[in-house]
Amino acid sequence: MLEIRWHGRGGQGAVTAAEILATAVINEGRYAQAFAAFGPERRGAPVLAFTRISDSEILLRSQIYEPDVIVVLDKNLCTMEGVSDGLKHGGTVVLNTNAPPESFVSTFPQASRIATVNATKIAIEIIGSPITNTAILGALVKVTGIAKMGTLEDIFNERFKAYAEKNVNTARRAYGETTIMERDV
Amino acid sequence: MKCAKTPLKGWKELPEGGTITEPGSSVLFDASAWRTSMPIIDHAKCTKCGMCWIFCPEAAIKVNPDGSYEVEYMYCKGCGICEKACAVKAIKMEEEKK
Amino acid sequence: MKKVGLSGNYAIAYAVKMADVDVIAAYPITPQTTIVEKLSEFVANGELDADYINVESEHSAMSACVGASMTGARVFTATSSQGLAFMHEVLFMASALRTPMVMANVNRALSAPLNIWNDHADAMAERDAGWIQLWVSSAQEAYDTTLMAFKLSEETRLPVMVNLDGYILSHTYEPVELIAEETVREYIPSKPLVNRLSPKTAFSVGVVGPPEYYFEMKYQAIDAIERSRMSISKITADFNRSFGRSYDDVYAYGMEDAEYALLTMGSMTGSARVVAEELRKEGLKAGVVSIRTFRPFPVERLIKKVDGLKGLGVMDRASTPGGPSNPLFSDIATCLYGLKDRPILQSFVSGLGGRDISLDNFRTMFKATKEAADAKAPKPCMYVGLRE
Repeated sequence: MLEIRWHGRGGQGAVTAAEILATAVINEGRYAQAFAAFGPERRGAPVLAFTRISDSEILLRSQIYEPDVIVVLDKNLCTMEGVSDGLKHGGTVVLNTNAPPESFVSTFPQASRIATVNATKIAIEIIGSPITNTAILGALVKVTGIAKMGTLEDIFNERFKAYAEKNVNTARRAYGETTIMERDV
Repeated sequence: MKCAKTPLKGWKELPEGGTITEPGSSVLFDASAWRTSMPIIDHAKCTKCGMCWIFCPEAAIKVNPDGSYEVEYMYCKGCGICEKACAVKAIKMEEEKK
Repeated sequence: MKKVGLSGNYAIAYAVKMADVDVIAAYPITPQTTIVEKLSEFVANGELDADYINVESEHSAMSACVGASMTGARVFTATSSQGLAFMHEVLFMASALRTPMVMANVNRALSAPLNIWNDHADAMAERDAGWIQLWVSSAQEAYDTTLMAFKLSEETRLPVMVNLDGYILSHTYEPVELIAEETVREYIPSKPLVNRLSPKTAFSVGVVGPPEYYFEMKYQAIDAIERSRMSISKITADFNRSFGRSYDDVYAYGMEDAEYALLTMGSMTGSARVVAEELRKEGLKAGVVSIRTFRPFPVERLIKKVDGLKGLGVMDRASTPGGPSNPLFSDIATCLYGLKDRPILQSFVSGLGGRDISLDNFRTMFKATKEAADAKAPKPCMYVGLRE
């Protein structure tokens, strides 16, 4: 079982990213669950979403307290208090930032892999707005190999229609521009 | 109801969901025995305004093709509302003669 | 068959579309909204040939459903929480007037304080409305149960409520195997119903039932839901056979040899099983029982499943303030009262207003159940997860 926690702000697509990843895993024939910590949603407010992935049927329905992976879609949330809460020892972190992975060691002391990508820059340049979910999905797939890029791209094509190509290009560029740092913890 | 002589049907025999399967059964209901007085329309005074027809709670006032009104005594329970509603005092409640 | 990723709400919307409903009357309310949102999309796109009635309240939604059902239409609506409460008086009419329809109730707490998250208070408050109440524990089950519900409703001429936990099931994406639309249409073909109201076949409904008649009329509805047990067994067995599923009125895990078990309803079932599996590895004979048909209550099947248990913990996700116990516990205790060797029952209330029931909470409840049974002395209802 692999558990992922997504941090974003309303409008960046964290909930959609969690769903797309789960859909990709399901389309590849495995099991997944995607859900969000719903609340009074509004654009700009911090949002939490979750994905659970497994090779067998998932019966568990409680929230995720100790994720294996933390993904942050918003620059200003990368060092927010509590962002690393519960991350498993040896876990993975994927961050949207223009800073190098090394600068987040103190925020995520338990992480053995820290990956960074400037998702905001890529999204603005290709899509034209700071919706960072598809960029960060490209980075996450590169770091973890949870799903194939091709599977994600099929879902983008189905889900984003007129914006499909731009999102495919965003994810691909993010995949290429992700910097990964591995360390012993 | 309390003095009904025919035995009432049991739950297995009654129509499902309390439906009344024969529509319009209320037209068979005779309320004339309820009356102690009956409305009489003076057609010479009547202006055919229709107020009695509007106010009658039992829909016992009938409109004739010429626009005049008449009471269907089978449905009239003798409440006297038509007498009160009539603006020209063309309706009078008179003692029931039976 | 290939599985697709769907939320519980979307799974229901697809089932309703495939069931080819004629009338949908609904008023949006969180967390149900995405069901009727999806359905209105299907209707607008021409993918579903149905009348979608936009009403001004849930009271009107249910009233429109009763009327539509009287004309012989296949009817669906969905609601949650305050919406269900607002339907309250019409729910009793739907069952006593014997109007088939399916309603998804996405379980949500009742105000105050205002809360959009899950608990079972909404459905429990309508326990006595004469509706068949089914409960599901996954998006797949939500889809399958909705399909079965149409068949069940039309066979028994009773309204059926499909309950799924708000957010935990309604908004969680997970794998769902959809049945081909043509196959579903064969499974539940459209057919005219017995009581079909039309200008040509007029009859009066909703009439006065004086003391000479009310009792008999009410008893008809009581008898109908009693008899629906047979329909439920038959329809479930048929569905299992046709589509390769394994549903039962009572879901059971490890009950063949369990000594201690938790009794749940809805989405709690999966997590309870995860903990039961874990406890079995530690040598404790743990089990899980889950009620899928809350009304009619599966008395005989439940007794069979819990036979031989030492302790049974009953988890209510609702409460009966001031009552002798909580709704589910009361029913279980009533079922077991006549047994000579009944298990010790321990009552729990947990997860109100969307409070997460963590695996630790489940461990606590198993432990307390074992302690109560071993000491043959249950504690008063335990409120698990409540801050002191």
